[in-house]
Order: sequence, then C-alpha cells, then structure tokens
Amino acid sequence: MLLAKEVKVLLHKELLTEWRQRYAINGMLLYVVSSVFVAFLSFHVVNPSSWNALFWIIMLFTSVSAIAKSFIGESKGRMLYYFTIASPQGVMLSKMIYNTLLMLALSLLCLSVYCMLIGNMVTNIWAFALAAALGSMGMAGCFTMVSAIASKANNSHVLMPILSFPVILPLLLVTIRVSKKAIDGLDFSTFMMDFGVIFFINFIITSLAYILFPFIWKD
Amino acid sequence: MYKHWWKLIGVVSLYYTILRGFTGEIPHLPILEESIRNLYFHVPMWFSMLLLLLASTVYSIKFLGKNKPEHDIIASELAYTGIFFGILGICTGMIWAKNTWGTWWTNDPKLNSAAIGMLMYFAYAILRDAIDDVEKKARISAVYNIFAFPVFVVLIFVLPRLTASLHPGNGGNPGFNQYDLDNKMRLIFYPAVLGWTLLGLWIAHLRIRVKKIEKIINEN
Repeated sequence: MLLAKEVKVLLHKELLTEWRQRYAINGMLLYVVSSVFVAFLSFHVVNPSSWNALFWIIMLFTSVSAIAKSFIGESKGRMLYYFTIASPQGVMLSKMIYNTLLMLALSLLCLSVYCMLIGNMVTNIWAFALAAALGSMGMAGCFTMVSAIASKANNSHVLMPILSFPVILPLLLVTIRVSKKAIDGLDFSTFMMDFGVIFFINFIITSLAYILFPFIWKD
Repeated sequence: MYKHWWKLIGVVSLYYTILRGFTGEIPHLPILEESIRNLYFHVPMWFSMLLLLLASTVYSIKFLGKNKPEHDIIASELAYTGIFFGILGICTGMIWAKNTWGTWWTNDPKLNSAAIGMLMYFAYAILRDAIDDVEKKARISAVYNIFAFPVFVVLIFVLPRLTASLHPGNGGNPGFNQYDLDNKMRLIFYPAVLGWTLLGLWIAHLRIRVKKIEKIINEN
C-alpha cells in the first residue's frame, strides 16, 4: 500500500517536471517526426518486410534516446534526495511506468506519421497496435534499467546503446515477427504464442529490474 | 596431488577426445561425412561456455548477497573464460557450417542468437572497464551480469525453437542424439564434454589466481 502511494507521488512528480521543462518532451516528439521524415526522403519503401523493419529501427533509436535520460540525466543531488525520501522500488517503478507512458505516446505518434508519409501497409491494424504497445512497454522497462546501470559508469551515453541493444534484441525480434504477421493480415490465433513470449520476456525484465535496482542506486 | 585430480581428468579426457575423435569410427551420413567429428569440439565448447556463464551469474548473485570482493573476481573471470569458449564455439561452428551448409554464416536464428549473446558479454567487459571505482565496478557489473543471463537463456533456448532453423535440434530439425548419435560416438562425446568443461574451469581457475595475486600486490 505504502509502495503504491509512493509510486503515485513519484509518478506525479515525473509528469510535473516533464511538463515544466517541455523542451525534453518536445525534443523527443521532433526526433520521431524528423527520423521518419529522413527515412521517407532517403528511400522508397515498397515491400512490407522493409516497411516493418524500418518502423522498428526508428522505434528502437527513439526509445534509446528518450529513455536514456531517465537516470543518466538526473543530477547527483536529486538522486541523493530521492535516496533519503523514497524506496528504490518506488523510484524504479515510477520511472518504468512513466517511461511506458512516454513510449506509448511516442509509438502512437511514430506510427501515425509513418503511415501518413510512407503509407500504410498494415492489414490487421489492431494486432499491429497491440504488438507496438507491448514492444514499447518492454523497451521502456529494459531501457530504464540499463539507463540506471549506464548512469553509474563513465561515458554513459556511449554505454547506453552498447548495453541495451543485445538485451532488447530477443524482445525486438519477436515483436518484429508479430508485427509482420499483423501486416500480412494473419488471424489473431496465429500469433498468440508470440504474444505469450513477449509477455514472458517483459515479465522477466521487469521483475529483474525490480529486484536488482536497490543494488545499483546506493553509492 | 589430491587438489589437482580434476585437472588430470580434464587432460586425459581431452587427449582421449582428440585421439579418438580424429581416428575413431563414425557413421557415414550424407553431407555430414567426416565433419561429424566436429561434434566432439563444437558442441562441448558451447556446453562449457554455458556452464561457465551460469557459474559466473551464480557468483554475481553471491557477490550482491555477501559483498565479498573475491566473488567479483571469480564471477568476472568465469565470464571472460565463457566468452573465450563462446568464440571458440562460433569458430568451430563456422567451419562446420562451411562444410555442410556451404557458407560461413547464414541468417539462422540459432547462429544469430549466439552472436547476440556474445555481444551481451562483450558489453559486460566494456562496462567493467568504464567504471573506475573497484567496489562500484563489482556491484554494477554483477547487476548487469544477472540482468543479461536470463535474456541470454531466452535467446539461446526459447527463440530458435519458435522458428525454422537449419541448426540441429530446432524447428523440427532433429538433434543429434535423436537417431544419428550412435553409441560409439557417445563414448567419445561424453568425455569430450567433461574434458572441455574441466579445461574451461582450469583456465578460469588460473586467471582467478592471477587476479588475486595482482590484487594483493596492488594493495601493498
């Protein structure tokens, strides 16, 4: 109960700080739009496979740069302040939930701009949206944790992609496969198994982050 | 001598593996032909790597629990030796692939998983180099190690089973033990697993001792 309240307060604070310094969120929105635009200008996408791959590559880079700041951007003083007033689990969960919301918003934006510029190739749009949502949640969880790890090392901005790409790849591969099936308009029943695997990976990553974070954050 | 018996077993079984592996009888299967002898090298090397990485994760958990610097040394050196065996496994696998599939590397889930797994542990090594403070390095890298290992397991064991793969034991492809690993080959295969694993432990053991001595020298 106490944890739930703590998470709520911390989440509120995350949203509030984001609202007060709007340049960060606006920057991310612009990042998504301009990467889609660069993709649109660079080549003409004709087949569904590359449509799908391009979408997920844009999502991958967007999420790495959006979420990297969740711990790397925090000043030392503020982390020390959290340390005195909150539990590590509370901090981790609130950041994860916040990043999940952020990623859902970014993926929605990315998908709409992408469909508008490059064209919609998806047949089963609800299945694709579900895959995108689950993939974004997984990325949010994983990158939040990796950002916490990288923030403790020198040169953390370089470390962030190195550490996170191999860890996110299993999830990304399954998500790409599911969304390919959604593009081809296959029936829901054919990718229940893949959704199960995505859930499973998300569960592992989130629970590991929950358990391991207390060891990272004390200095 | 009582402390070194396992090294002796390792050396003897490796000699046995190499001698019998190259000269012993093999079933003559189409395409595989003589390359089936790689079974005594490629497969046990992967087993050995998995075991070393598992042990490394166990020591990382131990380190977080008890905070003993010794456990960090053991965990990191086991992981480095695991990486070494992983590279050996990839090289032997590539030779095998060239001879049976006709190419060094194909876009195959199991091969790609193995490569991604290696990237994960290379990242672990880079993370360790990027932190100066010894205590912090131990703690953060232990966390990454524990975080990465389950994902590695998913990569190696779950993902390849979901798709079609050329590699034996996946996607409807029979594993070796199903019908073509006959009893004569088993007699060499099991000692090979034992030998390569013990060799891995021995290498890790030596490296751990070197690191411990270095630590004592640095402290004085």
